[in-house]
Amino acid sequence: MATAPIITASDVLELAEPLPLDSGQRLEGVRIAYEAYGTLSPARDNVVLICHATTGDQHVASPHPITGKPGWWDRTVGPGKPIDTNRFHVICANVLGSCMGSTGPASLAPDGKPYGMRFPVITIRDMVRAHVALLTALGIERVHTVVGGSMGGMQALSLAANWPHIPERVLVIAATATMPAQNIAFQELGRQAVMADPAWQGGDYYGTGQSPDAGLSVARMAAHITYLSEASLTEKFGRRLQDRAAKSFGFEADFEVESYLRYQGVSFTGRFDANSYLYITRAMSYFDLAEEQGGKLADAFAHTDARFCVVSFDSDWLYPTTESRRIAHALNAAGKPVSFVELSAPFGHDSFLLDVPALDRVISGFLSR
Amino acid sequence: MSELRPDLAVIASHVAPGSRVLDVGCGDGTLLQALRDERQCDARGMELDPANVAECVAKGLSVIQGDADEDLAFYPDGSVDYAILSETLQTMRRPDLVLEELLRIGRRAVVSFPNFAHWRVRLSLLFNGRMPVTRLLPVAWYETPNIHHLTVDDFRALVNERGIKVEQSWFLRGDRETSAAAANFRAEHAIFVLSR
Repeated sequence: MATAPIITASDVLELAEPLPLDSGQRLEGVRIAYEAYGTLSPARDNVVLICHATTGDQHVASPHPITGKPGWWDRTVGPGKPIDTNRFHVICANVLGSCMGSTGPASLAPDGKPYGMRFPVITIRDMVRAHVALLTALGIERVHTVVGGSMGGMQALSLAANWPHIPERVLVIAATATMPAQNIAFQELGRQAVMADPAWQGGDYYGTGQSPDAGLSVARMAAHITYLSEASLTEKFGRRLQDRAAKSFGFEADFEVESYLRYQGVSFTGRFDANSYLYITRAMSYFDLAEEQGGKLADAFAHTDARFCVVSFDSDWLYPTTESRRIAHALNAAGKPVSFVELSAPFGHDSFLLDVPALDRVISGFLSR
Repeated sequence: MSELRPDLAVIASHVAPGSRVLDVGCGDGTLLQALRDERQCDARGMELDPANVAECVAKGLSVIQGDADEDLAFYPDGSVDYAILSETLQTMRRPDLVLEELLRIGRRAVVSFPNFAHWRVRLSLLFNGRMPVTRLLPVAWYETPNIHHLTVDDFRALVNERGIKVEQSWFLRGDRETSAAAANFRAEHAIFVLSR
């Protein structure tokens, strides 16, 4: 893989018009933070729109400004990589409701105070509506490919269903068209952990010197478990003890896996806003592309001419293959060109972010023609 | 289409240009690619092996990973002009049901299979008394994917019994055609175009 430095162009767009939402409300002064990589062709026909996952951000292939870690899809996006920035102009926007520069519950409302829980409940389609507003502002009418994993895949599907003239190719990885009950349950667990923390203060913790870090940390720990497979946890930690020779007969993090989870939880609170976590998981719980289109998933794809590729992983129990297969069958029933593949990878739901060479081949192959 | 396997070449040359095609068990997509590029077909595939599906995706083909024994049920009635099953019938758990599914999904079904009554196979079994391992059936009985060996006459009997119409048939010895009359003895491969 080439290691040439990536040229980035961070920017924030402020929408001139209020953004209409599925709830019926209109959001004023929406800001959309985005990153772009590679050069836009004169014909504006080489745009790859990447949609990020729940707690992801626009820093796909450039270092995260808080943690300093490489971009979350650095292994996939860059010069000579599966999404080749020598060829494509890659755009990734922070989703509406998040906290990395786009408008969310931590942003200031027109009254000059943070929205907190006054922020309207948003949907996946609202996030995509903001992406479309960004593309429009950038003068981009069509995208060569829209791609996303997990919640990003849901946005990709929503774009194809609701703005069928925009994407030419749709690549959906480890996602679903309808949030299953088990996932809604886990998301509720996370939200309740945040709201049970007294420091949450009904969402008005901004500027109080306290924030619901304990609750958000527990939410992250629970969610993190769902992103991994039992096999990867066993492989990575087994029953090994953390920096000690024997069990403590106390409630310290005796096991490596406990220490790891605590670290994941605590470090998450340093980079993510608790209210954003509530709003984004709520949007995911509401996501049902079939329901939006009158109950029949195939009808959601009636108006698109895009080619689709749907990918699942055999160790992903959060968005299992059955969900991806349902998408593929609906597209098939709608007569749309679709490929579907279940790849073998040991890392659970997180496989889409990790070293899975077969995924690289599918991505570069799908984008190549 | 000279690079295609002989039975695939026959199939490719008899699919009407511009047709909608589903190739069940499409492997690495060789036939689909020929149908798309040389006969302008809307060519789709189904394939069990993920590595093959990835290969097909890289060729820009639309292929769904799935098991023909189960996943054909998700295709609407009459959604393609040709449902093709090349060299795969003998690997199905229920070849008869798969055949019915092909005829439900496609206006026509195209089926090719190796003929287990070819004289070399017969001689091999007669003289050696063991499951034949030949040029066309190179894998030993315990690891062959071919779990339902059949002969040309077996197939004719099945379609006859089910009231399925044979529109066309070809019989191959190597890459050459051989007559229908002696096909059960002389053909290594059979190709049938079927309809209801």
